[in-house]
Amino acid sequence: MDLRAPEPRGGPAVTRGRILIDDVVKIYDPEGAAVMAVDHCSLDIAAGEICMIVGPSGCGKTTLLNAIAGFHDITSGTILLDGEVLCSKDKPKAEPGPDRIVVFQNGALFPWKTNLDNVVFGPVMQGKLGRREAVDKGRAMMADAGLAGVELNYPGEVSSGMRRRVEIVRALMNDPKVLLLDEPYRALDSLTKSVMHEALLEIYYRNKVTIFFITHDLEEAIFLGHKVAIMTTRPCKPKKVLTVDIPHPRDYGVLTSKRFRELIEETNDAVHEEALKAFQAGEKEG
Amino acid sequence: MPDALAQPRGPTDRAQPEEMSRLGLTMYRLSLWLQSPRPYLMVVGFALFLGFWYLAVEVWRLPRFKEMPGITTVIKEWLSPNPTYGLSFHTAEYYQHIGMSIWRVAQAFFLATVLGVPFGLFLGWSRKFKEYVFPVFELLRPIPILAWVPLAIVMFIATESAIVFLAFLASFFATALNTMLGVESLDESYTRAASCLGAGKWQVFRHVILPGALPFIFTGLQISIGVSWFSLVAAEMVSGQYGLGYVINTSYMMVRYPTIVIGMITLGFVGYATSALVRIAGDYLMEWRVRELALAER
Repeated sequence: MDLRAPEPRGGPAVTRGRILIDDVVKIYDPEGAAVMAVDHCSLDIAAGEICMIVGPSGCGKTTLLNAIAGFHDITSGTILLDGEVLCSKDKPKAEPGPDRIVVFQNGALFPWKTNLDNVVFGPVMQGKLGRREAVDKGRAMMADAGLAGVELNYPGEVSSGMRRRVEIVRALMNDPKVLLLDEPYRALDSLTKSVMHEALLEIYYRNKVTIFFITHDLEEAIFLGHKVAIMTTRPCKPKKVLTVDIPHPRDYGVLTSKRFRELIEETNDAVHEEALKAFQAGEKEG
Repeated sequence: MPDALAQPRGPTDRAQPEEMSRLGLTMYRLSLWLQSPRPYLMVVGFALFLGFWYLAVEVWRLPRFKEMPGITTVIKEWLSPNPTYGLSFHTAEYYQHIGMSIWRVAQAFFLATVLGVPFGLFLGWSRKFKEYVFPVFELLRPIPILAWVPLAIVMFIATESAIVFLAFLASFFATALNTMLGVESLDESYTRAASCLGAGKWQVFRHVILPGALPFIFTGLQISIGVSWFSLVAAEMVSGQYGLGYVINTSYMMVRYPTIVIGMITLGFVGYATSALVRIAGDYLMEWRVRELALAER
């Protein structure tokens, strides 16, 4: 497996944000019937890498994300962030914190706060920045992400694509090591989605962080990722890990390139097989 | 059906009332209302209701209705400087009764809100607290307010406090229950997002739980002010001097039928006005919600 950090273009190499998932098991025990959600899963995500986790809905990939974020405990195994233990058998639940920020499936901007107040929430709550500095930084970052003009609107007043961008800016305000994205674009129509992919890459090229991105869309995965991990359906573990050798920066031209098509063909069967398994098992969404 | 739930919530790319002030927003909503057929339908609805009252009592003299005071009698009495039964727009006593009832409801509603909201927040926030308290709460809640009357009179020697207590009790249950539901129905991702962003427990409470529960809290307050009037009038009918419930009850005993109807209609208006005040307070505190509704043209 290639563990080198991807070479960012024109910026310093990313040195933080390496996630090492080592032999993680998660067993849910609802009503005594043990359900294995994650089965001896190991995955090494290099610092500054975009790692796409692909699998059918309900395969257990969100469980993995919840373990890294610190929302749920694990049964055994270890997850390390830059060599430090996030969670292990002895300390099954990680502490949520601003070094690992989640962007939620249905969005979790606070609808009662303006976009700007959402963006400054992290640094102000942590006491890292005074309100004024936070507001200055927030406005600048929003402008960079093409969000100038909606600072004082409430999230409910802007388009869903904009809401996603605000949420990513809110995360980046904290200078996180890792962004954890849980199918952030599944609710968007395909046109908005394509715009959002380029916008995400643009933000990424400017703020290199490790991205752990869950999706069930193979094209999205190969278009965005340095690495694509195709997961088996419940219990979840990597079935195939693919290194996408299409150089960054990428734009939508990639989608029609020969290499892109080849990679899709190479992996399509594996994904389809798992989707079929999930369908036959009648898995619920999750 | 998570896919359906995952649809974008608001309308896309349409940020119309974005730069509006609060007043501007209110005017915008008012103009929407006036442009819609709703106000005219409302007038028609009132006309039908009052017309039926007039016809049923005074023209057709339907059985059951012919003993009722007719609309013309009531209005004449209400507007008369020298009312036959002693209560009209022109008598000071009329306003004393209204004032007394409002004062009692205000006390009861204030107490119920000040105690019920924190209580409900705590019920929703702490599972342990809920396990201790909620079963008792659920057992007391269905007891009709009228069943509390004797106990209230025993507990409070002064009738005045007993009446306020009864009005408070019903309000308190409604407020606390809705507040609790508000906390419980808050999407988990909001609290998770806040903890990701480094907010402490108290900060999550202050910036996420409380504002997130606010729509439910105000639904509770709407119900609360309604049941507060309901139980107040019941209490005033049982004991007490002054108040609209007292007016209705004594007028019944002294066969002053038009005054009963005056008391009832007055209750309708005053009750509506107090709920409107609660709604306005809610709109003021939840501008974000008003804007979302305005965008949805509601």
